[in-house]
Amino acid sequence: MSYQVNEKGYYGNFGGAFIPEMLYPNVEELREKYLDIMYEKSFQNELKGLLRDYVGRPSPLYYAERLSEHYNTKIYLKREDLNHTGAHKINNTLGQILLAKRLGKTRIIAETGAGQHGVATATVCALMGLTCIVYMGEVDMERQAPNVARMKLLGAKVIPATSGSRTLKDATNEAIRDWINNPVDTYYIIGSVVGPHPYPDMVARFQSVISEEIKKQLKEKTGNENPDYVIACVGGGSNAAGAFYHYLDNKDVKLIAAEAAGKGIESGHSAATSVLGKPGIIHGSKTLLMQTEDGQIIEPYSISAGLDYPGVGPQHAHLFESGRAQFGSITDEEALKAAYLLCKLEGIIPALESAHALAYLEKLNAKKEDVIVINLSGRGDKDLATYIKFNEQAQ
Amino acid sequence: MNKLNKLFRNKQEDILSVYFTAGFPKLDDTKIIIRELENAGVDMIEIGMPFSDPLADGPTIQRSSEKALENGMSIKLLFEQLSDQSLVSIKASCLLMGYLNPVLQYGLEKFCKDAAWLGISGVIIPDLPLQEYVDEYKTIFEKYDLATIFLITPQTSEARIRFIDEHSNSFIYVVSSSSTTGATSSDEEKIAQEKYFKRIQSMQLKNPLLIGFGISDQQSFANACNYASGAIIGSAFIKELDHSIDLKKSISSFVNRIKNKP
Repeated sequence: MSYQVNEKGYYGNFGGAFIPEMLYPNVEELREKYLDIMYEKSFQNELKGLLRDYVGRPSPLYYAERLSEHYNTKIYLKREDLNHTGAHKINNTLGQILLAKRLGKTRIIAETGAGQHGVATATVCALMGLTCIVYMGEVDMERQAPNVARMKLLGAKVIPATSGSRTLKDATNEAIRDWINNPVDTYYIIGSVVGPHPYPDMVARFQSVISEEIKKQLKEKTGNENPDYVIACVGGGSNAAGAFYHYLDNKDVKLIAAEAAGKGIESGHSAATSVLGKPGIIHGSKTLLMQTEDGQIIEPYSISAGLDYPGVGPQHAHLFESGRAQFGSITDEEALKAAYLLCKLEGIIPALESAHALAYLEKLNAKKEDVIVINLSGRGDKDLATYIKFNEQAQ
Repeated sequence: MNKLNKLFRNKQEDILSVYFTAGFPKLDDTKIIIRELENAGVDMIEIGMPFSDPLADGPTIQRSSEKALENGMSIKLLFEQLSDQSLVSIKASCLLMGYLNPVLQYGLEKFCKDAAWLGISGVIIPDLPLQEYVDEYKTIFEKYDLATIFLITPQTSEARIRFIDEHSNSFIYVVSSSSTTGATSSDEEKIAQEKYFKRIQSMQLKNPLLIGFGISDQQSFANACNYASGAIIGSAFIKELDHSIDLKKSISSFVNRIKNKP
């Protein structure tokens, strides 16, 4: 079975490009050109140079000794949190902005939830001297104010999405509407492995540098490039797509996607799409989707603003349906506990999103000799307010 | 023969199509609005099926959809409201317009079957991709004699317009500018727009054309009719309904204003 996209833009039953005709020329241009452009030698050289000198790649693969002792197994952390801007998001924004430049686009738009993708987009726009407009839900702008300030400092214009539930899905709607209204000069940098084909595949390819490095680094450290487990959190799923990418066809490597259960699967405040979703269409892609019986999209909930997306990328829907990846749900409380544990044992404050991946260790029943790679997708600076609040409550 | 095809056979100009969102302003207004549009002599009525995430729509239709959903509208309820088959006997052709996900959840074949039975002549689903339609769905729509309407925009290539024309069986929806619904255009854009309309007109397509997006008054309607068989009004009508105290009066005076009747 193939886990990559086919020529029609599908992963098994999921994917495609369900877009209004107004977007067709732009998406079609991208579909025709993205592979040729991104594998050109000059493009690869420029991207690799910037990933090395600007982002700070390769990001370390760190053997977490005290955490390993705690769980009586072998745990490696892929330190995407040490990237410039503090998360894996920049791997993708850098790739896409180089592509946008080669397509002759001068105006960049993006959506953002927690603000990490918005910051990563504003950053590369500043670097390339391109106009940057970021759509962000009005509600998210309030709860992620520091990231709004960062984007503005970097020269981006942040436009509040005031429709619907005023969060990530609405910001994405607004970005898509902007693209409909500005089809000639504008390029849309989507932040996750979602959206119409070719976006999920393109973003996964830009993020695949994560597993490419893991293989090399793990081989150096253990003599074997394959771990027993790769664990990553999934909202839309871009960091997981990157961490899984080069292991998809190797069944000896078990892939685990940690979803946000929020206040609990049955609580009505959750973002666990694999459990609560059924096939549907969101943002141009057929995937697993949280929706009402009538096909209206449900607003999800998670303590982590990066995981509260009502769908997952179509590749993840396929990995779930085919059983290639195992999906686990982590509650807010479990994620917080895992974050505090990492702070204490390793001196690393993880992003709340990444804490969901860490929390899965509690459920894994790993053997002593197992090698586990956890993708630490981002750092926790942005989540300090939440961490402080719950830490005080606990004490 | 489908009522829609009869319309285009009998009338080649000044066809007026009006869109409204089912369940807006109030949940039970659907049949009143249809009746008044029919009485006012509208040729075509587009019944919007509200969706939580209407990507191709501007603020006016977004808000009407939100309101309609709050009111409790769904495809199931809409079909119940129309279950007396009153649409079969009215003069105006009725279309359903909405996004693909609610239709798929209802069940595509069941949707087509039920819609046809209710007297619906065709559907406009902006996020149903043409190729997907041709490969997967076309035979189902045809089985129930439902016309499927596709959009073209100023950016649509000539080859693709020909492809759309080949697979269309009633009319082609010409999106007047690169925009979501309800936008207005500057003078500069109007010149570009005229060039675009002329270009499409000169292609001599087999399907008639209706122009939509940005048609809001008598002048823009009349102008669109210079280049096409007629035009579609949506956001401007929603605004009218939103401000209306007496739906019946508002609707007839709105339609008369568009047609420039005293």
